[in-house]
Amino acid sequence: MAMRKVAVVGAGMTKFVRRAQETGKELAWHASRMALESCEMTLDDIEAVCLGTAPDSFDGVHMKAEYLSDGAGAWGKPFMRSYVGGGTGVFTPIQGWYHVASGLFDAVLVVCEEKMSSYYPHGQAAFMTIFDHTTERPLKPNLLWIFAMEMNRYMHTYGISKKDIAQVAVKNKRNAADHPCALLGDPEITVEDVLNSEVLAWPVNRLDVSPVSDGAVALVLAAEHVAKRITDKPVWIQGVGWNLDTAYWTNRELAYPRYVEYAARMAYEMAGIKEPRKEIHIVEPYDPFDYKECHHLEGLLLADRGQAPQLLADGVTLRDGAMPVCPSGGLLGVGNPIAAAGLMKVAELYWQLRGEAGARQVPGQPKRGLAQAWGDLMQVGTVIILGTNP
Amino acid sequence: MSLLERNPQAPNAWLGDLPVTSRYTAGIAGEKFFRAMKDEGKILGTFCENCDITYIPGRIFCERCMAELDHWQDVGTIGEIYTFTLLFENLDGTQREEPLAVAFIRMGDGGLIHQLGEVDLEDISIGMPVEAVFKPKSKRQGSILDIQYFRPLTE
Repeated sequence: MAMRKVAVVGAGMTKFVRRAQETGKELAWHASRMALESCEMTLDDIEAVCLGTAPDSFDGVHMKAEYLSDGAGAWGKPFMRSYVGGGTGVFTPIQGWYHVASGLFDAVLVVCEEKMSSYYPHGQAAFMTIFDHTTERPLKPNLLWIFAMEMNRYMHTYGISKKDIAQVAVKNKRNAADHPCALLGDPEITVEDVLNSEVLAWPVNRLDVSPVSDGAVALVLAAEHVAKRITDKPVWIQGVGWNLDTAYWTNRELAYPRYVEYAARMAYEMAGIKEPRKEIHIVEPYDPFDYKECHHLEGLLLADRGQAPQLLADGVTLRDGAMPVCPSGGLLGVGNPIAAAGLMKVAELYWQLRGEAGARQVPGQPKRGLAQAWGDLMQVGTVIILGTNP
Repeated sequence: MSLLERNPQAPNAWLGDLPVTSRYTAGIAGEKFFRAMKDEGKILGTFCENCDITYIPGRIFCERCMAELDHWQDVGTIGEIYTFTLLFENLDGTQREEPLAVAFIRMGDGGLIHQLGEVDLEDISIGMPVEAVFKPKSKRQGSILDIQYFRPLTE
C-alpha cells in the first residue's frame, strides 16, 4: 500500500470549562484559529476539514457537524464529520491522516468540539438516547452505573482495590495542575479525597470520574513536503488503529478490552513496533474513569493484565517515571468534553514530542507517544501513534 | 411468515421518547446581538475587512478567513424579501385557517428568516422591501421573537 507520510504541524485548544458562554461554533473557532496561528497557516492553506463531535444531544443541535462547520473553517471545503462516540477524539485525526496519506489533500484541519453543559439538568441523561429501546432503556441506564459494573468486574477479576484505582485519579488531577487549560487540576489532592468523595454508583465515587465539560481542540495535519516547509519539528503519525467489539454488553469480556488490543496491534504493526513497552515513551490512554486508564493500558499491551495499578504504585506511570501516562492530566484532570478530550490527548503528544509542554514536559526527550480513546456503545478502541521520526 | 405476507400497517409497537432538554447560551456574539435587540430595538451586524462581508446577525469570527470580528454596526431594520413561502398546513398535517407567510429577509450579506405580517398574501413578492416590527420594549425577552414580524416598508 503506497501511503504518504503525514505530520502534525500545529495545535490549538480552548480552556476546558464547566459551562462556556461561547456557543459550540465559537469554541470550535477559537481552537481552529489557535491551531492555524501556531503554524502560521491561514484557512487558504487548508484543503479539507475533518470534524469530530460526540452525541448531538449534548449540544442540543441535531446534525451538529453542519452546525459547527463554520467555526471549524469548513466553508467552501470538503468537510466530513466522524463519530464513534467517546472514541471520536482519536478517530478524527485518523480520518485526517487518511485524507492526507491517500494523496487526496496536502493540508487538513482536524477539529473536535463538545459543549456538554447544554444538556439539562446533566449530560448523563443524554446517554439514555444511545441504548436499545426494548431491552435496556426501560431500566433507565446511564454510563455511571454501566461502568460501575465494568469497574467491579475488573476489580473482582484481578483482586484490585478501590484504593489502588483511586491513585490514578490522584496522579492525573495532580498532573493537570500544570495544564493551563485544565478544569480540575489539583496539586494537593490525596487518595483519601477520592475515596471520601460522594458515591455515585458503587464502586464509582465522584472523583473517580471525569467532569462534564465544554471545550474544543484542533490540529493541522500536512503531507511530508508541506510539513517540512512549515516546521523543522513535524510530529509524524506513525500508526493508526481502530476496532469494534460486539454491541451487546452481555457478550463482552468486561475485565479486558480486547477491542483496544486489536486496535493497538493494528497501530503497532503500521508503526513497526515489536516491543511496545520499550518503544512507546509517553501514553495518553482514555481515562474518563480512573479504572479505565488501567483497563486501557492493559488492552494496549503496555501492562500485564491486572497489573496496571502496580505500575503506578511503582512510579512507572508518573510524569517522571519510565513510561509517563496521562502527563497532560487526562480527562480526570483536564476535563472531558468528549471528542475534544480525545483530541487533547493527541495534542499533548504533539507538544510533548516537540518539547513544548512547559511545566508538563516529561523528561528524557521522548521520541514516541501513543494516544487512545474509547467509546461508541463502550466497545470501540481508537489508537494513534505519534513520533519524532517519519 | 415473510415480510410480504405480514400486514405492514399493524406491527406490534409502543411509544417511547428520548428525553432531551437543553439549556442554551446565546454565545459571545449572540449576547451582543440579542441584548441590542431587547434593549434598543436594533439589529447588529459585524463586518470582515479581509473578505468585505457584513454578517447579520453579527458573529465574532469570519467563516471565510477565521479573522476575529469586532466592528459591530447598527444595520437598521430594513431588508428585502429574498424568497418566501406560504404555509398551508401545520406540522401535524392539519390545515391552517390562514396561510402563514415566512420569508428569508436579506440584510447585508446575510439576513433573517422571519414571518411576514400586515400584508395581503397576494401582495408578497420577491424583492419587496420590508421592515422589522418590534414588540413593545417591556415585552421583549432577548429572543428572535422580539421581532414580531416584518411588514412591507411604507414611506
